[in-house]
Amino acid sequence: MTALDEIKIGGLGASRRRVEDNRFIRGKGNYVDDIVLPGMLHMEILRSPVAHARIVSIDTSKAWAIPGVRLVLTGEMMAKRNLAWMPTLSYDTQAVLATDKVRFQGQEVACVIADDPYIAKDACEAIVVEYETLPVVVNPEQALATDAPLIRDDKENQQDNVVFDWEVGDAAGTDRAFAQADLVSKIELHYPRSHPSPIECCGSIADFDRSTSKLTVYMTTQAPHIIRAAVSLVAELPEHMIRIVSPDIGGGFGNKVPVYPGYVMSILASILLERPVKWIEDKTGNLISTGFGRDVYLRGEMALRKDGKILGVRMHTLSDHGAFFADAQPSKFKIGLMHSAFAAYDIPAAHLLARGVYTNKAPGGVAYRCSFRVTEAMFFQERMVQAAADDLGMDQAEFRRVNFVRDDDFPHRTAFGFLTDSGQYGKCLDVGLEAIGYADFQERKKEAAARGRLLGIGISTMTEPLGAGNSREYDILGIKMFDSAELRVHMTGKALLRTGAKTQGQGHETTWAQIVAHELGLPAEDVVVEEGDTDTAPFGMGTYASRSTPVAGAAVAMVARKIRAKARKLAAHLLEVSEEDVEWELGRFYVRSAPNRGVTIQECAAAAYSNMPDGMEPGLENVAYYDPPNLTWPFACYIATVEVDPQTGVWDVLNFVAVDDCGVRINPMIVEGQIMGGLTEAYAMASMQFITYDAEGNCVGSNYMDYLLPTAWETPGFELHEVVTPCPHHPIGAKGIGECATVGGPAAFVNAVMDALKGFGVRNIDMPMLPDRVHEAITTGRDVSGHPPVRQDD
Amino acid sequence: MYPSRFGYESPRALDEAIELLTRGQGEAKILAGGQSLIPMLKLRFASPEMLVDINNLPGLSHLTVDPDGSLRVGALCRHSQLERAAALAGPFPTIAAAAPLVADPIVRNRGTLVGSICHADPQGDWAAVAIALGASVVAQGPSGRRRIPVADFVSGPFQNVLAYDEVAVEVVFPAAAGTAAGGYLKLERRVGDFATAGVAVGLERSGSVVTRAGMALTGVGGATIDASGAAQALVGGELTADRIARAAEGAAAAAKPRSDHRGSAAYKRHIVHTFVTRILTRVADDVERAA
Ligand SMILES: Cc1cc2nc3c(=O)[nH]c(=O)nc-3n(C[C@H](O)[C@H](O)[C@H](O)COP(=O)(O)OP(=O)(O)OC[C@H]3O[C@@H](n4cnc5c(N)ncnc54)[C@H](O)[C@@H]3O)c2cc1C
Repeated sequence: MTALDEIKIGGLGASRRRVEDNRFIRGKGNYVDDIVLPGMLHMEILRSPVAHARIVSIDTSKAWAIPGVRLVLTGEMMAKRNLAWMPTLSYDTQAVLATDKVRFQGQEVACVIADDPYIAKDACEAIVVEYETLPVVVNPEQALATDAPLIRDDKENQQDNVVFDWEVGDAAGTDRAFAQADLVSKIELHYPRSHPSPIECCGSIADFDRSTSKLTVYMTTQAPHIIRAAVSLVAELPEHMIRIVSPDIGGGFGNKVPVYPGYVMSILASILLERPVKWIEDKTGNLISTGFGRDVYLRGEMALRKDGKILGVRMHTLSDHGAFFADAQPSKFKIGLMHSAFAAYDIPAAHLLARGVYTNKAPGGVAYRCSFRVTEAMFFQERMVQAAADDLGMDQAEFRRVNFVRDDDFPHRTAFGFLTDSGQYGKCLDVGLEAIGYADFQERKKEAAARGRLLGIGISTMTEPLGAGNSREYDILGIKMFDSAELRVHMTGKALLRTGAKTQGQGHETTWAQIVAHELGLPAEDVVVEEGDTDTAPFGMGTYASRSTPVAGAAVAMVARKIRAKARKLAAHLLEVSEEDVEWELGRFYVRSAPNRGVTIQECAAAAYSNMPDGMEPGLENVAYYDPPNLTWPFACYIATVEVDPQTGVWDVLNFVAVDDCGVRINPMIVEGQIMGGLTEAYAMASMQFITYDAEGNCVGSNYMDYLLPTAWETPGFELHEVVTPCPHHPIGAKGIGECATVGGPAAFVNAVMDALKGFGVRNIDMPMLPDRVHEAITTGRDVSGHPPVRQDD
Repeated sequence: MYPSRFGYESPRALDEAIELLTRGQGEAKILAGGQSLIPMLKLRFASPEMLVDINNLPGLSHLTVDPDGSLRVGALCRHSQLERAAALAGPFPTIAAAAPLVADPIVRNRGTLVGSICHADPQGDWAAVAIALGASVVAQGPSGRRRIPVADFVSGPFQNVLAYDEVAVEVVFPAAAGTAAGGYLKLERRVGDFATAGVAVGLERSGSVVTRAGMALTGVGGATIDASGAAQALVGGELTADRIARAAEGAAAAAKPRSDHRGSAAYKRHIVHTFVTRILTRVADDVERAA
């Protein structure tokens, strides 16, 4: 008998087609908006047109008068039920419906529940709200001004607009490093506000059944179990009477982690009306009110030795959190994992000072496709590294190589206290330089310059922390960040796998089955994967921050190993030998001394239901909870070459090379898809994407004409390469990959444009590098700041 | 999308459509490709009582060159038809250059040139092309047809001079006397984005001498800007560097841009200058090569 071919059964390393695509491409996906319940009503939200105003009065009488209107909710009515405010994921409070004042444009002011969404929308327009406008704060500078209006006057001890001051690292040690420096290099930049903007907006259907007291909520959530806990707290319903179902999700990117007012209102409405209530947010509502990304002003400096060695780093961040501190992040950290910056470099000392402020902008800094603010961290890091290399007059690749953590230095404790455990940074850089033709490009650049053409090359290299927990350091609202998997192998050897994660396009239904195939030798197609229903799935923290494969994926491997351990006992029974004499090869146990005598995993499964040894518990099911010993640390090297048109400031990408080391790849095709998608988003942020506010606090970027998503037409091609350094602690050696490209990509584009402009004395252009900003830098020779966010008229 | 309540009619004949518009007393709106009107309905910026869908009217999809060389574009001729009409490149190079730059391929499959001009968005590309080429709208109402030069047709941002009971049935681009030349350049942040700035140039030349010049600008004012005045610098002589510079400066001066998230006013003006220069320099190069 020959061993099974792992690739053929769809195991580890197979670029198996995504099973979920079968229903998506047939239009058979099941999204929240596809669900129709008997007697279902529809909810629409009335949002504030102004950014900061006292609510003088709300007159809902005209709305109530419209036939088909069932309920009109205002903040006052919510307050009577103690539901006007709700806790955020960052221990702040957020208004569900405004009572005292509105604090950002788009804030929820009232909602209408009606027989159909058209009526609900008409009724929203019939509500008359009188606002008394207040001075508006749209950036940190205004927030911190001495005469700034107090945005959070609802909070007892809040005297100013500061959300937090936070510090990490070794201040004294860093001072000493700077004292020894030959050269200090500085940079200052703004990472603009962006929005994860999944194509499907947020939505929910709340269905409260008075007869059973059970609340079922279908909703667009990346983390159903956290939501169940939050709903239990907010609505004061017992947890076992709440069922959260997250059906197919049309993209999340972090946007669907928080609890939003719309969810809460639909729940209350369903309880009051005892009918299912559906709320489907529109695109503008999603863009102007839900979790955004970034909006951080970063500045810092690097202490350097003449030979290129980095001695220390100082960082300051000033982050704009909007009206409520609703960031979704582990509770121990105020500015996410910003201090993962510089983890790829061997730096003796580092210090970070972080300050967050309230403004009259939408709340909810979410990890937009990053592991809690590492996007800003790595962008700052790679911009700082390029500036330092330039100041030293050193080649940008060489400067990185000199300072990388070396392969034999792992495990390595970073200056900010993280433990990196594996990587081949130099090798990844070499593969990237070779692929892009680094040496040749320097020649081409010189030749082009002689003919008045501006070429540039930009490198971005980084390792980032993906896959929170471990549970010692990572929790959300006190709930530890582990994850889970439950595997049921039926008597025919087919299996059902459930996890506490929730796929939103990542392909869990495909890849989890591949892990089972790898561990048990069951063909991947024999394993069906289910996620997202809190009544059936084991408890888990959900999918974001690239944590699915590092945590839930590890749990899948571990539960499969538990199943295998029991199957081994069954095999010994069937083969009539002792367990110690049984050997495993993929899909089959055999007798060590007689390899031809064996039983398949399927035969073991049958035995678990029909022929178990005396005293053995029947069945072949198990569950595993996995608490990772550490984060995973993938590495990436991205290199872009660009040409800038000096007359217009338009820049085009000539080539882009990506080298990713995410450890063992479960499904290489899906991994490549994740990288392609992430690089596309990186390109978007670098070139076109931002949400800004005018001086009155009007959101510019409230629809897809203003907030741009890149299309296939302008997105450059990406050439992908890989290096594999298995994760030392993950059961199958995998690391996170979902976000590397979004995190590391933007700096490659910006560094390339800045490299092209080297001769103009410009150090920084804030993203997005719109042609007018590039042109301004060329013509003035000065840095171009994205702040203030929107130009006032000339 | 949840627009306000509206009625819907889909007439089969032009007379019937005009009848419906007449009855609507200004509360009815024509639906052509829907690429501007539907977004307006969605945002509730427009709440007409009735939509008169003209997509089923016969005989309006034409893209025809008449014996005299003029081009007639019917009310149901889609942007994509113009994009694919390779034969336009010779006699109407400005149209051929603009067609692939309007919106994105999906929008181009539905949207119409006539609808775009009726919509009169200051950032719409076709109005600039039509003004540069001296085109006219042919409108039909209860009392018959009339012809309105596009330069007079657009009366302001999102406004035209049509009476509520009139349908724009086609736009007519006159034939060039002599050899046609020109082009359209547009700066956009992304495919499908409206112009940060756009420049349409339509020239007629006899040998190397320019005999007629029209020019119009997209996205740099409260309405499409007719910069034909500046283009007069080109008429009566060859496309010398000096003439090109004067036309470019004139166009930049005619622009009335505002600073916004697409770019500063000064930058947009600079782009107008650069694009006029680029279009004219390319034409001058072509002329030189042909000679
Ligand atoms: C995503 C997107 C991107 C776009 N980008 C661009 C761009 O880059 N450049 C650009 O120029 N345009 C752009 N557009 C607009 C597009 O070109 C529209 O197709 C065009 O403006 C309107 O043509 P339509 O046939 O779709 O008209 P409709 O939307 O059907 O109608 C528009 C208006 O014109 C009126 N109307 C239409 N036809 C007639 C008629 N025959 N007689 C009288 N009135 C009429 C309607 O009543 C309505 O008020 C974009 C649109 C979208 C959705």
